[in-house]
Amino acid sequence: MTIPDLFFHNLPMTAVPPDWPGGYWWHWLFFTVILIGFVLIMIMGATWIERRGLARLQSRLGPNRAGPFGLLQPIADGIKVMLKENIVPDKADKLVHWLAPVITFVPVFLIFAVVPFQDGALLADLNIGILYVVAISSVATVGVFMAGWGSSNKYSLLGAMRNVAAVVSYEIPLVLAVVGVVLMAGSMSLNQIVVGQDIPYILLQPLGFLLFFAAGCAEINRSPFDLMEAEQELVAGFHTEYSGMKFAMFFLVEWGEAIALSALITTLFLSGWRGPLLPPWLWFILKTLVVFFVMVWTRGTLPRVRIDQLMALAWKFLFPLALINLFITAIQILVWPAANQWVLVVINIAIMIILVVLWSKLFFKLGWGRVEV
Amino acid sequence: MGLAAAFWIMAVVAVIAALGVVFLRNVFRAALALVLCFITVAGLYITLSADFLAAVQILVYVGAISVLIILAIMMTREVQQGSPANRMKIPAFIVAAVLLGIMIYTVTQTPWQIAPESPLSPTTVPLATKLFSESGFILPVEIAATLILAAILGAIVIAREK
Repeated sequence: MTIPDLFFHNLPMTAVPPDWPGGYWWHWLFFTVILIGFVLIMIMGATWIERRGLARLQSRLGPNRAGPFGLLQPIADGIKVMLKENIVPDKADKLVHWLAPVITFVPVFLIFAVVPFQDGALLADLNIGILYVVAISSVATVGVFMAGWGSSNKYSLLGAMRNVAAVVSYEIPLVLAVVGVVLMAGSMSLNQIVVGQDIPYILLQPLGFLLFFAAGCAEINRSPFDLMEAEQELVAGFHTEYSGMKFAMFFLVEWGEAIALSALITTLFLSGWRGPLLPPWLWFILKTLVVFFVMVWTRGTLPRVRIDQLMALAWKFLFPLALINLFITAIQILVWPAANQWVLVVINIAIMIILVVLWSKLFFKLGWGRVEV
Repeated sequence: MGLAAAFWIMAVVAVIAALGVVFLRNVFRAALALVLCFITVAGLYITLSADFLAAVQILVYVGAISVLIILAIMMTREVQQGSPANRMKIPAFIVAAVLLGIMIYTVTQTPWQIAPESPLSPTTVPLATKLFSESGFILPVEIAATLILAAILGAIVIAREK
């Protein structure tokens, strides 16, 4: 499929694939069960990959006692955390404190509703797919805020404030990077975006990919942007006052968001479930895990940034580049709608290299500025 | 049937949440009730097959405006007590009651036009063409964008340290 001549082609969108046996509710039940199972198992796998991989990157062994290669460690952790005492601070706003993990937890699961595992194999093929993801994921911020406020602990509150500052700033380059992909695909439905990717958009939108990856990591507060739970400064950030199962919920959210981001990067930039030989859902899971591993890798490699650097990176580096990327993509689609895709790949990669080098050498360096906060 | 049930659940929760915003003493909880109200309104948009509008409602009102409100609340002191009632209580009640009466009267008495056509199924494309095409609302959109930019610049100038 070439880049469409018009921005959006009118594709018929149905909530249920036509060949689906049974009605809407069976579809709903089936995919809800599948999704919950998928997310929980992926989170367990992700924690294992993260802890073992990080240990490997830091020349240590990591958890290796429970089961072969420590594979049962996530289950052991789960049991431990469920048996722990649930402590609520005396001065906490009890209701808010209790609701916060739930409100943070739900949006992460809702994101997976529009992520396709195979052609048409998704809970709801919304024609506003990616916009839905962006909107839903912004609800989690409210939950983090509730946790920070409800705990009545200054470290929690500071962590929540940092989180909000980061999320609000990084949402802009994130969304602008997505817009580039939407322009290329001509649709906001994640399934259509995958169907349209004969060449993975990581090649057609290399700058968009880098921006999305960096902004996404900041958005979900992964290292090197995990300021809101910087242990040396804030104990554990917004979930300092949480224990037992409520802490486990935040823990699940953290890795669930990482998996969601990996799945979104896979869908938007790595042509989702498409691939030779293996079944599509396996391709999807493999790609997701590879992206997740790259996130673990960056965490093991890069030092944490300061809060002023975090803000500066968003506004002085990612934001202008995201605008330029959007501008270039729009020109390419409007002026050369029938251009050879591989020529565009070469041009876009060249543009990416030039822009990133220019910005990092001439306009903005992370180590530069004085401390302003 | 399902749609009607969804509508009534959303409507009742929205009204309860809106009442919570007014009656809760704790300002932070009132803000959270406001968030709930925004979310249910987005749900109402979905039952009216305005999916794009619903997503934007969540994105703008829940993701941005409510966060702004909560940040503002954090800057205020004495959040737990809220704003105690003062002697403007009775005049405020009368004004609010009159306003409510007028609004109910208007809504129930207006002969609302119902379009015979079924709603558009992807709303994004017609909306985009309406907003950004040459014959559409491109000029107002651009003017609004310039206005917001000016407002942001003004806010920065006011807030900047001398």
